[in-house]
Parts: sequence; structure tokens; C-alpha cells
Amino acid sequence: MFAEFGYGILVVTFLVAFYSVIAAIYGATKKSPSVVESARRAMLLTFPLISIAALSLIYLLVNDHYEVSFVYEVTSRSMPTYLKVTAWWGGQAGSLVFWSFLLSGFASAVTLRKWDRDIEFLPWVIVVCSITLMFFLGLVVFYENPFTRFWLVGGNVEPHMFAPLNATLFTAQDGQGLNPLLRHPGMVIHPPMLYLGFVSFVIPYAFAMAALITGRTDDRWIRLTRRWSLWAWLFLSFGLVLGGRWAYDVLGWGGYWGWDPVEIAAFMPWLTGTAFLHSVMIQEKRGLLKHWNMILVILTYSLVIFGTFLTRSGVLSSVHAFAESAIGPLFFAFIGISLATSIALLIWRWPNLHGETEMKSMLSREALFLLNNLLFMSILVVCFWGVIFPLISELFTGQKVTVGPPFYERATAPLFASLLFLMGVAPLSAWGHSTIQTLGRSMWKSALAALIVTVSLFFTYTKIAGALIGFFLIAFILFVTVQEFWRGARARQNAQGENFFTALWTLTGRNRRRYGGYIIHISIALMAIGILGIEIFQSETQGTLSKGEQLNLAGYTIEYRELASWDDIGAGVNYTRAVVDIYENGVYLGQLKPRIDYYFDSQQNMTIPGNRSTLRDDLYILLVDWQPVSNAGATFKIFVNPLVNWLWIGCLLFLAGIIVAAWPDRDPADEPASAARSVSKHAGQPSAAD
Amino acid sequence: MTEETTNARRGVPIWAQIVIWAFLVGLLALVGFGLQRARNPMAIIGEPVPDFDLVYYEGYEYNNQSEMKLSDFQGKIVVINIWASWCKPCEQEAPELEQAWQFYKDGGDVVLIGVDYVDTPAGANEYLTKFNISFPNAPDLKSNISSILNRQMGVPETYFIDREGILRHVKVGPFASLDEIKSVIQNME
Amino acid sequence: MKKYLLGLTLALLLAALYTGAAFAQDTPPTDDEVNAIAHKLYCPVCESTPLDVCPTDACKDWRELIRTMLAEGKTEDQILQHFVDQYGDRVLAQPPLTGLNWLIYILPPAIILAGAVVLFRSLKEWTKPKAVSAGSNEARSESSSSTKDDYVARLEEELKKQK
Repeated sequence: MFAEFGYGILVVTFLVAFYSVIAAIYGATKKSPSVVESARRAMLLTFPLISIAALSLIYLLVNDHYEVSFVYEVTSRSMPTYLKVTAWWGGQAGSLVFWSFLLSGFASAVTLRKWDRDIEFLPWVIVVCSITLMFFLGLVVFYENPFTRFWLVGGNVEPHMFAPLNATLFTAQDGQGLNPLLRHPGMVIHPPMLYLGFVSFVIPYAFAMAALITGRTDDRWIRLTRRWSLWAWLFLSFGLVLGGRWAYDVLGWGGYWGWDPVEIAAFMPWLTGTAFLHSVMIQEKRGLLKHWNMILVILTYSLVIFGTFLTRSGVLSSVHAFAESAIGPLFFAFIGISLATSIALLIWRWPNLHGETEMKSMLSREALFLLNNLLFMSILVVCFWGVIFPLISELFTGQKVTVGPPFYERATAPLFASLLFLMGVAPLSAWGHSTIQTLGRSMWKSALAALIVTVSLFFTYTKIAGALIGFFLIAFILFVTVQEFWRGARARQNAQGENFFTALWTLTGRNRRRYGGYIIHISIALMAIGILGIEIFQSETQGTLSKGEQLNLAGYTIEYRELASWDDIGAGVNYTRAVVDIYENGVYLGQLKPRIDYYFDSQQNMTIPGNRSTLRDDLYILLVDWQPVSNAGATFKIFVNPLVNWLWIGCLLFLAGIIVAAWPDRDPADEPASAARSVSKHAGQPSAAD
Repeated sequence: MTEETTNARRGVPIWAQIVIWAFLVGLLALVGFGLQRARNPMAIIGEPVPDFDLVYYEGYEYNNQSEMKLSDFQGKIVVINIWASWCKPCEQEAPELEQAWQFYKDGGDVVLIGVDYVDTPAGANEYLTKFNISFPNAPDLKSNISSILNRQMGVPETYFIDREGILRHVKVGPFASLDEIKSVIQNME
Repeated sequence: MKKYLLGLTLALLLAALYTGAAFAQDTPPTDDEVNAIAHKLYCPVCESTPLDVCPTDACKDWRELIRTMLAEGKTEDQILQHFVDQYGDRVLAQPPLTGLNWLIYILPPAIILAGAVVLFRSLKEWTKPKAVSAGSNEARSESSSSTKDDYVARLEEELKKQK
């Protein structure tokens, strides 16, 4: 019942989306506001419709309806209810519904805003959003239907949506269950966050296309979408971070990022998105780089779709990949068509997009932002080439090759280092004009302080050149950025007579984007500490111990105490858990319990590390193997990951920084356009000092 | 954009447009190739199997030759069984395959060759000894054979090539019985 | 030649297996020595996971093979080469510098360099002093004069504008 109902709703939604595309195009070309309004209402209608379809799917998932093939594939009776709900996005078909659900929600939200002054954009924004929505719904309706059921046809079990002749419904006793790797709390939120990030980048793209089509190519589209871009960036960043944390906690290889093709596929839109966030500021402040911003937003959208395609088409093999399926060619066609259309539009409007001012100086902030864009694009080139090269190699030589972490690390390290350097310098340069002298004057104190830090690290912590360069750059950014806050607050303190913290608070509140950005810079510096720590200072050892034996690594000693193995029938898991005592330089610190979980339904192992985390380092212990008969010997692998906690601390601060920058204040659409360019302007919230 | 700037309002030069479109087409062609490969991982049933060669494991030669070429077996039915010592389902069918070999080997008309995928010599030797396997066996050097026959690897898989060198049947997963193997071969006659 | 080598390795390995410690060094190789080499290899069975942390049975066998070869006194390069010969280039963490593979190392720096050149040339062109300059542009830039570049003054000016 629910299956037919849900499918019917999906079909209706698809038709409604189709109608909104046609009506919007017709309304825009015939200049008929009432038809556009009808398209807008159709667009708004898709959201409640998809929500109902999604609720039907969740109902089936939660209530063990194993006659539905999707339910059979991703759930099992032993799974707790919350996992049955999140299994919604644990498989191909469901996650496509989830994508459509998010997209429809975002598109509805954006069509609900006041459109008075931008009414010419509206139909085209609807067209882009609805076409994308139609594409995803079409995949669900025609190819990857989550409501397909099993039917017994002449002794064979076949999946069909509707009952074939002489068929009876077949209900499996139990489902296959969600991949155990996906049963981690981090994994429950990681995909939705990534999808949210992916989907919200559709909105800036839709506005950019609307701007190209209507020929209204000033920075209006950027102003209208800058908060969307920031939120999109927030979700995407959060999704990437959660993925890293999940890998660290569950995958059991002592790291958080493996340069896996699919990780990179999610990282690439982040790169172009980050470049976009920086370069739109130049267009807003200086009216430059209109072409470039269009290119970036088109690239970001294409990479979002490309990334989704890579995970779902089986083109690349990866731990993240969904099973190969029929939707690959459709994705391929969609990417081709949307890229070609975007490029054609851009070429058509190219002459309308020339800048309104000129660059004044090679060292001005806009020039440095351009350099920053160049670096992000360079990292993109490295990533893209690394992902695509195995295909090229196989096409021309027939040889498969692996492009693994050493390639990416070596190629991107200098680029990341240069980005860190720019992050230190750029906040000190002025819009419009800077010279070596002015830059040098504002920089030398921070540079000197960073040098002192580096020299002291040389004598106390490390003599590795790469690490020292890294630490210098990190210290430099921290000094520069903190100094920016300090000087800003002091200036306000003097001018307004506020106390220091009030001054700091109002300063940040008044120019959220700038100071939110600085918070993000500080957080990147902290994350860089963690990354340096694990990349350069990670140490590891492995050994097989009998009970009471010890293993040493980097000042730590672990002693194997005991091992227990038991079944949890209800959860469908066998746990094998070792208990080890840990000591640091002979001082007892406590116990860690690394374990291996074996899931009966999917016959998969999961290696859960025992981790002792401090600001200085993580002691990360994996149970690799054990002797089942004697219970005497067990093999442990130990990592010491110095400073890695700073990565997670940096990530938290990073999210805080984006929230500061993206927090909604007055609708940017209400800002008078003339004043907007003078300085980034914000609604002054009444504060104690005002 | 209300005022003219000193910049001329230039369009995109033709050469740049050509470069952009060529790049786009090249990229799509490449991804299309990847997609094609991902969607058709296996050699196609009903089409000739490309020639390949193998070097047998010592002690597992055929006709005292140390190596073979698929084209040498024109006129015979060739059964290629891809296996690995770390593969649990392979162990289920190992005795049946050996029985099938005992049944067919004297006829000389059917050749069964085991191809060992991503395996170590030590592991292979242990496995071959454990199941008393006597039919010809060879390592899949550089994964050449598996990349010809099937790319999205799963083991075991068995490929039946007819007297004309045409792939006629593929069995994915282990055989349930000796009869199953025999019936496939009979159907090829 | 390759066939000969293969036969030799095979023979050696089988011999090692049967005769036990005949070839072994004094001390057996440690897990760390094995892992150090395994870290540089990627087993086709678990793609994009380095061999030293891959939990599958196939990879366990590979690690045992490394251990055996180390015990025979093989060097790291010999062991890596053996894996390449047996299983193809894909076992290496990055493509070896042969044939088409040069592209992967050459192309990104080339594109990045080209990008840098384009950027600097455009910047040069943009920053070239122009005889005619639209007046409105001057008004728009916040800190047009270089003498008034003092940070605090600029910031206060910005904050004042925000009032």
C-alpha cells in the first residue's frame, strides 16, 4: 500500500517539477507574471510532495517491510530504529530521494523570499532548480525506485514495482542490513551534511545562470546568494570534517584522510567553493572578476554533480562507491548538457561581464585574492588530474595504475604552504592599493614573532625543515590575525570609549564576514598544526604479545592484559575486545580497549581503535589479530599521532567562524545597492555602546 | 554596468572557444570511456575472447608445456576458472573442479585451467596441495587475464570458451555440483 | 628473462616453504619492517587502502610474502619489484616514471605555471597606469592615496562609514 502510494507521489512530483520548468520558461519569455507565479507555486508544491513520499519510505524502513527491495538491502531486524531511519540515505535509491528532498526544500526556501526587485531572475532560478530536481526525481522514478518490491514469479523472486502476471508478493524474513561501516554516528550525519553542501551550491548556480540569461550581470546575483554560498560551504566543510573523524574512529588506519578518489570528489567542489567565496568579495568591493566568478560557480556546480556521479556510476572504485548501476549514463548526459549550456551562456554574455574598475597594484588585496584563487585552482588541477589519470592510463596503455597519497601529498604540500603564507599576508594588504613598504610595515612584527617561535621549536621540538616551515607559517597567521582583532578592538576602544571586550564584540558583529573570515583563518592554522603533526611526526609499531607482555613506542608502553569475545545476538554483532594497560615513561595512565566488531548479517569486520587523546598527542591502538584457540597472543598496532587533536579543535572553531560569517542579519536584498559597494555594510545591531 | 570602461567589450576569441569546447569534448569522452568500462566489466558472451598467455605453476603444467597461449587451444573447449587461495567460496567448488578434470582430462577435448588471482605463491601452493588439485594452474600475472575476462573482480568466476574461441558461458560464484559443470559443457557441444 | 626470473622466485619461495629456516636470517623480520614496505603497496583486492592496514585475507597473505622475502634477505627494492612483476604497476602507491605516466607528474605543474603566467600578465595589464580613467572609479576605492595608508586611520574610517 505504502509502496504504491509513495511511488505515485514521486511520479506526481516529477510531473509538477516538469510543469514548473515549462511554465517558468513560458512565463519568462511571454513576460507573463501570472504564469511565472504558477510555476513558483508548482515549485513550492514539490516540497510537501517529496516529504510525503519520503515519509512513506521511512514508514516502510522502520516497519521491516522486507517485501520492498530497498528496505531489504539497507535494514535488518537487529538494527535500532534510528539507524533504520538513517538507512534512508544508506543506499543508492533512497539517497537519490534524499537529494531531491533537500533540493526541493532549498529551492522552495529561495522562491519564498521577497522578489520585488529581482523579479526577472525568478523564472530562471525556478528553471535551473526544477530541471536539477527533475533529473534526480527522474532517476528515482525510472531507474532507481526505492519502492520496488519482490515478486514471486514462477518460482523466481524478481524485483518489480507493480505485480507481474500470476505473481505473489514475496517478503524476505530479514534484511541484509546496513553496511556496518555506515552504522557510526559520524556516518549518520556525514552524508546528509555533504548532500546539504552539494545541494545548497545549486542555488548560487541557479542565480548565476539567471543573471546570464537575463543579461543582468552586475553583482546582484552574488549579493543575493552570498549567504547561500556560505551555508553551502559550511555544510560541505562540516561533511568533510565528519568524514575525516569517522575514518579516524572506524576505518582503523590511524588517519583521517586517505586521498581516496571519492573523498577527493567531495573535496573538489569545496576547493572551487572556497575560491568563489574569496573572489566574490572582489566583485562586491571592486566590481572586478565577473567572468571569473561565473566560471567558479559553474565549476562548483559541475563538480558537485560530477562528484555525485563518481560515487554512483562505478567509474572509480573506492570504499565509498555505491554499487554500479544503470544511472551512470544519465548522470553523464546531465553533466555534459549542463556544462555545455553553462559554457555557451557564459561565452554569449562574455562581453557584458567586463570589470568596472581596474587593478591598482600587484600587492593590493584583490591581487592577493587572485593569487589565492590561483592556488586553490592549482590544488584542484592536482586533484582532478590524480582522479582522472588512472582512466587515461587504462585507455591508452591498458595498464591500471594507482594514484595514492604520496602523489597528492607531494604535489599539494607546497600549494597549501603558499596558501598559508597568503593567509598571513592578505589581511594586511588594503583594497585597491598596497606597496611593499606598507605591507612590510604592517607585517614585520608578526613575522619576527613567528620566527622566534620557529627558532625555539628548532631547539626544543623538531629539526625537520618541512615542519619548521609549516610551524613558521602557522605562527605567522596566528600572530597576524590575532593582531588584526587586537588592533581593531583597540581602535574602537579609543574611538568609542568601550572596554576592550565590548569593542571586540561589536567589531566582530559589525563586520561579521571579515571577522568570521579571520576566525576561519585562525582555525585553519590550528588544523594545520594537527595535519603537520600526523603527516610528519606520526610513528607506529606493531607486535604480537602474550598476556603480560609489553610493546613500546615514543615513550608509551602498552601491556596486554586480557581478551574477551562475545556475541550480542540482538544487535547481530560479535565483539572481540582486548584490554591493554598503558604507561607513559613508566607512569600508569589507564586502560584502552581496542576491539573488532564482526557483523553477522553483512559478514564484515570493523576495527575500532582504543584512543587516548591529549593536546600533545593521540595514542591510537588497533587490535589487528588474535589467536582464537589459546587466547594467549594478540597482535596490536599502535600509532602515536602528535598534535592531531588540534585538527579537531580547529574544525570546531572553523564551524564557529562560518556561523559568525553566515549568521543571517538583515536581508542583503534590502541593502541599498549604492552603499553596498563602499564598504561591506551591515545592519548595526543596537549594542550597549551605541 | 552602467558606464563604459576603458576596456573594450571583447567577446571570447574564436581560438579560445575552440580550445574550451575541445577540452570539454575530450573530458566527456574520457569519462564516457570510464563509464563504458564500468558498465561492461566482462568479456561479452558470444564474442571471441582476446588472446592471452600464461606461465603455469611448476607441477601444474599442461602437456608438459611450461606456458600456454589461448589460441593454441583452437578446437578445444577451454574452461578458465579464476580463483584465489584467500577466497572462501572457491574452496567449496575446488573438489568439484578437480573431479571434472578427472572426468575430462583423458578425452583431451576439454581443457580446464585454473587462474590464480592476486595471490602469493605460498598461499597458492598450500591451496593446491590441500585440495589435491592436478589440473593446470597458473598465476594471473599483472592481473592480465582477469582484466581481459572481468574487471570488477569477484572470485570465483568460471569462463567457458568454445572450440572457435568464443565465450559461451560465465559462471559467477562457486559451482554447486559436478553435474552443473558437466551440463554447461554439454550445452556447448 | 621475465619467465626465468619468475620461475626462480617461485622455486626459491617453494624451497623456502619446504626447507623452513634454511634461508632465514638470524632474527626474523619484525612486523614494523614488514609494514614499512607494505605501506608502499596497494593490493588490488582492497582498492585505495594501503597494504599495511588492509584487513582482508588476501592482504594478510601479501604481508606474509613480504616477511618471507625479508627473511630471505631481499632488499626493499627487490620486494617492490617482485610485486610489480607479479601484479602490475597498480600495486605501487603512485605510477612509476615510465611512458605515459610522465604526464601525471608533468601536466599539473605545467598547467599551474601557465595559470600563474596568465594571472601575472593580466595583473600587469590591469595595473598599467591608464591615461584615461573614469572618475567614478576613483571615488569608489576606499584607500586611494598611499600616504593615508595607516591601518588604524583606515579602520576607523571604515567603522565610521558603517555608523
